[in-house]
Amino acid sequence: MSSPEKKLMQMTGGQALVKALEHEGAEVVFGLPGGAILPVYDPIIESPIRHILVRHEQGAGHMAEGYAHATGRPGVAMVTSGPGVTNIVTALCDANMDSVPMVCVSGQVPYPAIGTDAFQECDTTGITMAVTKHNFLVTEAQDIPRVIHEAFHIATTGRPGPVLVDIPKDIVDPNNPRSAMTWYEPSDDDMELPGYRPVTAGDPGAIRAAAGLIAESERPVLYAGGGILKARAADALKELAELADIPVVTTLMARGAFPDSHPLCLGMPGMHGNYAAVTAMQESDLLIALGARFDDRVTGRVDGFAPGAKVIHVDIDAAELGKVRAADVAIRGDCRLVIAELTAALRALGGGGAQPDRRAWRSVISGWQEKYPLVYEQSEPGELLKPQFVMEQLRDLTPDDTIVASGVGQHQMWASQYWTFDHPYTWVNSGGLGTMGFSIPAAIGAKVGMPDRMVWAVDGDGCFQMTAQELVTATVERIPVKVALFNNAYLGMVRQWQEMFYEERYSEVYLSYEVPDYVRWAEAMGCVALRVEAPEEVAPAISKANEIDDRPVVLEFRSEASENVYPMVPAGKTNSEIVVDPSQPDPRRGR
Amino acid sequence: MSVAAAPEASEALDAPKAPPAPAAVPPARFSTIVTTVENKPGVLARVAGLFARRGYNIESLAVAATEDHRFSRITFTVDVESSSLEQVVKQLDKLVNVVDIQELDPAESIERELILVTVAVSPSGLGGLLGLADEFRAYVLDADADAMMLSLSARPARLDEFARRLQPYGIIELQRTGRVALRMLGARSAPAPAPAPEPEGPEASP
Repeated sequence: MSSPEKKLMQMTGGQALVKALEHEGAEVVFGLPGGAILPVYDPIIESPIRHILVRHEQGAGHMAEGYAHATGRPGVAMVTSGPGVTNIVTALCDANMDSVPMVCVSGQVPYPAIGTDAFQECDTTGITMAVTKHNFLVTEAQDIPRVIHEAFHIATTGRPGPVLVDIPKDIVDPNNPRSAMTWYEPSDDDMELPGYRPVTAGDPGAIRAAAGLIAESERPVLYAGGGILKARAADALKELAELADIPVVTTLMARGAFPDSHPLCLGMPGMHGNYAAVTAMQESDLLIALGARFDDRVTGRVDGFAPGAKVIHVDIDAAELGKVRAADVAIRGDCRLVIAELTAALRALGGGGAQPDRRAWRSVISGWQEKYPLVYEQSEPGELLKPQFVMEQLRDLTPDDTIVASGVGQHQMWASQYWTFDHPYTWVNSGGLGTMGFSIPAAIGAKVGMPDRMVWAVDGDGCFQMTAQELVTATVERIPVKVALFNNAYLGMVRQWQEMFYEERYSEVYLSYEVPDYVRWAEAMGCVALRVEAPEEVAPAISKANEIDDRPVVLEFRSEASENVYPMVPAGKTNSEIVVDPSQPDPRRGR
Repeated sequence: MSVAAAPEASEALDAPKAPPAPAAVPPARFSTIVTTVENKPGVLARVAGLFARRGYNIESLAVAATEDHRFSRITFTVDVESSSLEQVVKQLDKLVNVVDIQELDPAESIERELILVTVAVSPSGLGGLLGLADEFRAYVLDADADAMMLSLSARPARLDEFARRLQPYGIIELQRTGRVALRMLGARSAPAPAPAPEPEGPEASP
């Protein structure tokens, strides 16, 4: 396994595990120790790796995700056996749905005790099998460096995702002879993964066919998904869009992959997408899906989705091609490489000049944009804050490259709608799984990875109560994130559905404006906290928060509960049945 | 996953001739997939878990070691009417421990399955039963005054037919293995010439 020139060094499996993480370039580990993982925590004291002690293992998982979203490097989490690992299952599932590169090391009871219902034993690989890209149970100390290398390789190549490595205590415990091993620096040659062969280069014939379809299309739309960001393909996408003069929609996972300020950008499509983005896809004759997976939140009812469109579908995961919508041209490959080849193929066909005249299409889209902009009514004096207004203020008063991490619900949709994302990797959110409580730990992870950037968590009151304890972590570890807490005293998105689809029968969605007292809670966790209740207080509060850089800040915005997110495509309806803001003319009447 | 359910024991123990039936052909809605997987603990659980969570129906499943100790082979038949074969294959391919996947065209592969069946024996039915065993070239593995255990290895459709013909004697217990399959010699490198008719009957002594 180790070649002769590699330095032989005797050590324990626990030391080897930490050294292997260092070897993989891990600079930070988010975790919480416990019985089974104790022997791995001991050598962390001497390691240059920064360990961030979380207050709940779910927080460690979302921090690792936030770190990965913001930096592109795999996030690392470490937890103990049993409840430690079950607590992080949500974050693993979240990372799996959103293709987030992440490695989770979990302690396990000693190998001979596995299967005996030992204290804090659970079937970790069994539980996490369905929510990870892959997982390992390591049985020999000697295998640790190789398996850690394999875990990072799998997490970061192909379609990225979470990989869990389960480590029985006996192979890391210095008091157990089974922990003895000889260190080696693992390399790709050591890997034993005969079934793992990611494909990155697209098929040239298919790429030419795709270029041919683009060159014939009068109403094309570039449908950019999260794969653009995973493939570091934002620049390639811009070049393609500008060359062929094709409008771009950026899905919830792809916000920032194409600048919102760009004239070709239509913004977010889908259930709460812009009218123009939703309708451009719906009326298109060619959808060029790049690292997108035709999620139901984008397509609406699938059999009524973009009925006149041919489809070019580029994805690194072959299983996404044709899974939801049949593709006329399906290309398996890395988005950055395939887009570059596609751009070259279009140039070979004559470049921008050879494209059909699409002025009519652009003008139709502009008409939609003018007719159906995002709208809301400003609050009257004495009323609670309009969340959209607060979001606009936050957007305008923070640096252009601020990283925004969102929770899940109405505030997430307003953040995506009202923010101007002009840079990739500035939007961190939970798309596929829709994990409430994601934002605070994800923001902490992002700030750890990008300490020089301003990081705001946009959170709801329901979300805040799920993971706020990680603000203790942020205070103690000196990670100065800022939290915009939209307190509307409701599980707002659920309230909206009950209003619209359950005849305003509000069932178990009321929280409270007053309990908990968010300001005192935040202060108890070491944060600076302010309550904001009037529009004129919003900007000064944000400015004050921006100036604080030595501790976390929580701004509680008392927000109007009756405000709904529009536009909205009701679940089960086609995107042609989009409901716009009640103040706007109903587009469905014209159909 | 299913095995042929043991039919109710027939009351007609005097071995009436089973009505002639058209030769059973494998229904076209099933497809056989042969996967080579790493021979590691939990790999079958990964494959089975994938089928369960994606809602694929397995008609038949057989797992065993291969000529190479590092790998095992999982052969299964899926209902391609209820699940997209393409999706099944692509999702399987994403499993890190799955090394190779072959979709076998029934016309270019040889499939075998083993059946063990215990049948009630009556004095009047014994002759017919032995005749049936002879006709299918099944083996008598065990017998006593009231019952007889037979084995037969053949195409799954032929096992269906065998079980159907045994039914009137009274099937006490029946167990099938799930099918295994390999590509025909002539079909291993495409394009293959028209394959020879598939040989019938048992290949090995019990």
